Amino acid sequence: MNSSYGTKIQPRSAKERSLDISFYWAAKIFAIAIAGTLIWITIQVTLQGLPAITEFGLGFLTTSSWNPVRSEYGVLPAIYGTLVSSLIALLISVPIGLGVAIFLSEDYLPPAIQRIIVFLVELLAAVPSVVYGLWGIFVLIPFLKEITPLRGPGMLPAALILSVMILPTIAAISRDAIINVPSGLRQAAVGLGATRWEAILQIVLPAASSGIIGGIMLALGRAIGETMAVTMLIGNANKVDFSVFAPSNTIASLLANQFAEASGLQVAALMYAALILFVITLAVNVLAQLLVTRIQKI
Amino acid sequence: MTSELFPNQPSIDFNPASLKKNLSSARTIFGLFMSGVAGLFTLLAIVPLFIILGYLLSKGISSLRWQVFTELPPPPLVEGGGFGNAILGTVIMVGIGGLISVPIGVMAAIYLSEFSQGKLADWIRFATNVLSGVPSIIIGVFAYSAIVLTTRTYSAWAGGFALAILMLPIIVRTTDEALKLVPQEVRQASIGIGANNYQTVLQVVLPAAMPAIITGVTLAVARAAGETAPLLFTALFTQYWPSWGNNLVEPTASLAVLVYNFAIVPFQNQQELAWAAAFILVVLVLLTSIISRIATSQRTY
Repeated sequence: MNSSYGTKIQPRSAKERSLDISFYWAAKIFAIAIAGTLIWITIQVTLQGLPAITEFGLGFLTTSSWNPVRSEYGVLPAIYGTLVSSLIALLISVPIGLGVAIFLSEDYLPPAIQRIIVFLVELLAAVPSVVYGLWGIFVLIPFLKEITPLRGPGMLPAALILSVMILPTIAAISRDAIINVPSGLRQAAVGLGATRWEAILQIVLPAASSGIIGGIMLALGRAIGETMAVTMLIGNANKVDFSVFAPSNTIASLLANQFAEASGLQVAALMYAALILFVITLAVNVLAQLLVTRIQKI
Repeated sequence: MTSELFPNQPSIDFNPASLKKNLSSARTIFGLFMSGVAGLFTLLAIVPLFIILGYLLSKGISSLRWQVFTELPPPPLVEGGGFGNAILGTVIMVGIGGLISVPIGVMAAIYLSEFSQGKLADWIRFATNVLSGVPSIIIGVFAYSAIVLTTRTYSAWAGGFALAILMLPIIVRTTDEALKLVPQEVRQASIGIGANNYQTVLQVVLPAAMPAIITGVTLAVARAAGETAPLLFTALFTQYWPSWGNNLVEPTASLAVLVYNFAIVPFQNQQELAWAAAFILVVLVLLTSIISRIATSQRTY
């Protein structure tokens, strides 16, 4: 028997064990810090907006004047503009995004070409939003002016650019959801005599619906919070106008336009507006996450 | 043969031609029509990309001169000039953002994929996803109230802090996924020859996942470089070079804010500089996207 083994095996030194434990705790603390950031954002924005919240209360949501001179603040036009621009964008990009998702999940194209097109659609999401805004100002608005009654920046160009920006989100997440539908379902449908599109419309899309709706909600969240492109294209007019050719405003563009020059109660009012935007996007995103993670568990 | 086995089977009048696709049936036509619509929509979806890239190429390259990298933004109605200060400012602020977010993000992802079980990790992943959906303007507002209001000045630090929060969820998610792709056996082998947890993670698992992690960081950097909204009222903008003497505690220029500021003024020279800056931003984004595609297709194990 070789006794030299026994003497060499020792319990780990205290230094090593404390290193190990502190590494574990450092990782854990940083991980919790991420959730903490979300809470920190909520508290900070609420605290800064508190003077305006106590001053205006819920009337802030239904007032439409924004007058720093007379200290009158309301975000009704901005909320209207936010919702309408996002909904128009969804109306355009949901059918197109679904079409893309279906086309790129079927066997229409050879896999190599399919992968390239998927990549190109993803690239649309990578283009910085300020670049979309620049392109909108110098190309889209002059073009729209010629073929519509549009006279300058307005709701229509902003909503059109938004629809391009959220299209990749809808297409990518819907495609994932469609690909994740068990192939047995489709095979059963085809075996019973369904054509390709009967199987898609009656079997695959309903089975993928929670993922698709989740993707649409994520896109909605993006559209509601999108700032730069909208600020550059929507015209920033703080009034409710039902024409899509008229300039309008969103909460995000209100913030982008006014924050740098604001002071006193106006800062608090802007913080209050930011809090409203934060709560809306948070609700939309949480719902979307719940829907999207549900499909991943199937 | 069949009739011998099933003598009572009625003879059906089966026409094999009916198995062929009937091109005039409503179901076939509907299918062809829908396929056409889906293909058309796909074409429609990628057309804007090419239109935008085309404009950027033609307008951006024609306004790109060597001076734009070295000179300062010109005042209105003055010819020439560039945006060297904005490039430097973007590099500085993205650098600050990376220095804050990479260690935190990678450590958090290590906790998620290596050390955690159950509820807490689910919650943190959920929070990460929600954080990535927070509008960038809200992060700007937050950085303004957390940093600018307390230090009473606009600074590159506030801009970098805002960018760090934007980069954080991207880094956590990509690192988390990269670590999960490292096979379990590699960890077991490491533990089996007597390594501690931190030794396993730092010397075995992290190096194996490194290409994918670097890809994630690069994507985060590219996204942060193009972000405007968080910088609008944290770093603001300036016509001058960043000064190291002030420890960067002063308004700092950035490419993205320059594009915004110069796009909305009526001066042609400024607008051309905006196109050139946008061109640089998009080239940066395209390059990192393509490189990350190639890098993630290679795995260590």
